[in-house]
Amino acid sequence: MNETATALRVAPAYTSTVESRGAIDLRDLNFYYGTAHALKHVNMLVPANAVTAIIGPSGCGKSTLLRTINRIFELYPDQYATGEIIIDERNVLDRRYPLSDLRRLVGMVFQKPTPFPSSIRSNVAFALSYYERLSKSELNDRIEDALRQAALWDEVKDKLHHSALSLSGGQQQRLCIARTIAVRPEILLLDEATSALDPISTAKVEELIHELRERFTIMIVTHNMQQAARVSQRTAFFHLGELVEFGSTSEIFTNPHEQQTRDYITGRYG
Amino acid sequence: MAIPARRRVADIAAFAFATAATVFGLVWLAWILWTTLVQGAAALTPSLFSQMTPPPGASGGLVNAFYGSAVMILLGVIIGTPIGVAAGTYLAEHGRYTRLAAIVSFVNDILLSAPSIVIGLFVYELVVRNAGHFSGYAGALALAMILLPIVVRTTEESLRLIPDQMREAGFALGLPRWRVTRQILYKAALSAILTGILLGVARIAGETAPLLFTALNNQSWSASLNGPLANVPVVIFQYAMSPYNEWHTLAWAGAFVLTAFVLVLNILVRLLARKGKEQ
Repeated sequence: MNETATALRVAPAYTSTVESRGAIDLRDLNFYYGTAHALKHVNMLVPANAVTAIIGPSGCGKSTLLRTINRIFELYPDQYATGEIIIDERNVLDRRYPLSDLRRLVGMVFQKPTPFPSSIRSNVAFALSYYERLSKSELNDRIEDALRQAALWDEVKDKLHHSALSLSGGQQQRLCIARTIAVRPEILLLDEATSALDPISTAKVEELIHELRERFTIMIVTHNMQQAARVSQRTAFFHLGELVEFGSTSEIFTNPHEQQTRDYITGRYG
Repeated sequence: MAIPARRRVADIAAFAFATAATVFGLVWLAWILWTTLVQGAAALTPSLFSQMTPPPGASGGLVNAFYGSAVMILLGVIIGTPIGVAAGTYLAEHGRYTRLAAIVSFVNDILLSAPSIVIGLFVYELVVRNAGHFSGYAGALALAMILLPIVVRTTEESLRLIPDQMREAGFALGLPRWRVTRQILYKAALSAILTGILLGVARIAGETAPLLFTALNNQSWSASLNGPLANVPVVIFQYAMSPYNEWHTLAWAGAFVLTAFVLVLNILVRLLARKGKEQ
């Protein structure tokens, strides 16, 4: 571990508790696909209310890292994690931590848009009405609010009962973001959320990330280095399951400490 | 640009072979429909659907048989579908990666290919002998047992066809498994599951052997399922074997209606499948 990362671990962790709500503290995190060791002793403090980009060559463990934080890996046998993930002073990797609480706290958006085969409205309402008992008007308000936050409201307000599958790819992805933030999580995990979108849709989602940053802790996995540079304040570089370097985005891109990072961001491998 | 002669010959040969194979398949279906239509034409009148199966020498229809078949198929679907969908859901979702699911799936395959006469005999031993009489209930149960493995398999397969991303997206919102299954996966798989049920109905509509041992037949009108019940396949079987011309004609007419019913069901299935694909 280099000095920058160590320094970062310390700095935001001991600021006021209000500010650290939604921060993610990874402590000696390991992840295994069967016998394959996919994440190796990762220590990292992801600050709240900022965008942290995770970059690195394919297979370096970027997506695995996100899938560990909301424990979605538990759907599959032979996948397990060791270590601790501390969010709001509790270790969410602890089996006693209820999954539905964790996933309400930590929202995730995937690479390919995954609208459910139902109306635009029910896509947002599903999880919302599962977690909260709302009157019809409250529910409508919350749906509108979520769609507005996802910068989708103006495009869909007249067709909330249309199938979500009728939307364009970019709109579908913003719908996925809307239904994720509808339940008011603290953390948003975006797993290559724009890599299946055209440049205009990508720009819209990036703009959205920029706006959401003040209310959420955002982690974004991306293969697109320009994107990481554009949207994030912190960047972590992973290689072969290890955190090589973690620091402010401007520093990682202009003056990385590690040779591996330098090679990767200048396109020498990866 | 000239296409080499060899390629053109190969193209024509392949086209001719494919066409011939298609025609070969279609000829039989057309032939069956045509023969049943011609042979049963004399009985294909409104009275076929309004009159009862007649005694030898008299004229009549098949209304009691149509009624019996319809009721037993319906009851069979009512019994077989919920269990089949639930079991298929277990195999594809809850029981995934478990040993039990692998065993159930294997047993289901055996049930799927079990001769229907065996199922008829089984229900005969289980229900008819204990009750002391043939009954429509026993017939419906036998049909349900034939339908069940078909629904299990199609439900399982249509759920498995849904990409894992869809499940992950549901689980990532914190929804419990039953909600993900009910509100997301069933919706995505609906047309495929319905297709399976309809194909199952088409299959049990023509089953004769299991009904021969369970519902048997009934010459007179009976609305009750608690006694022998007339049904199309057994009537066809008995009338076709009889020495009476009127009965032969009625059997042909019954066969035509049955074949046409299965054909219509299959066309419905195609339309449903297409609708599912558009989604």
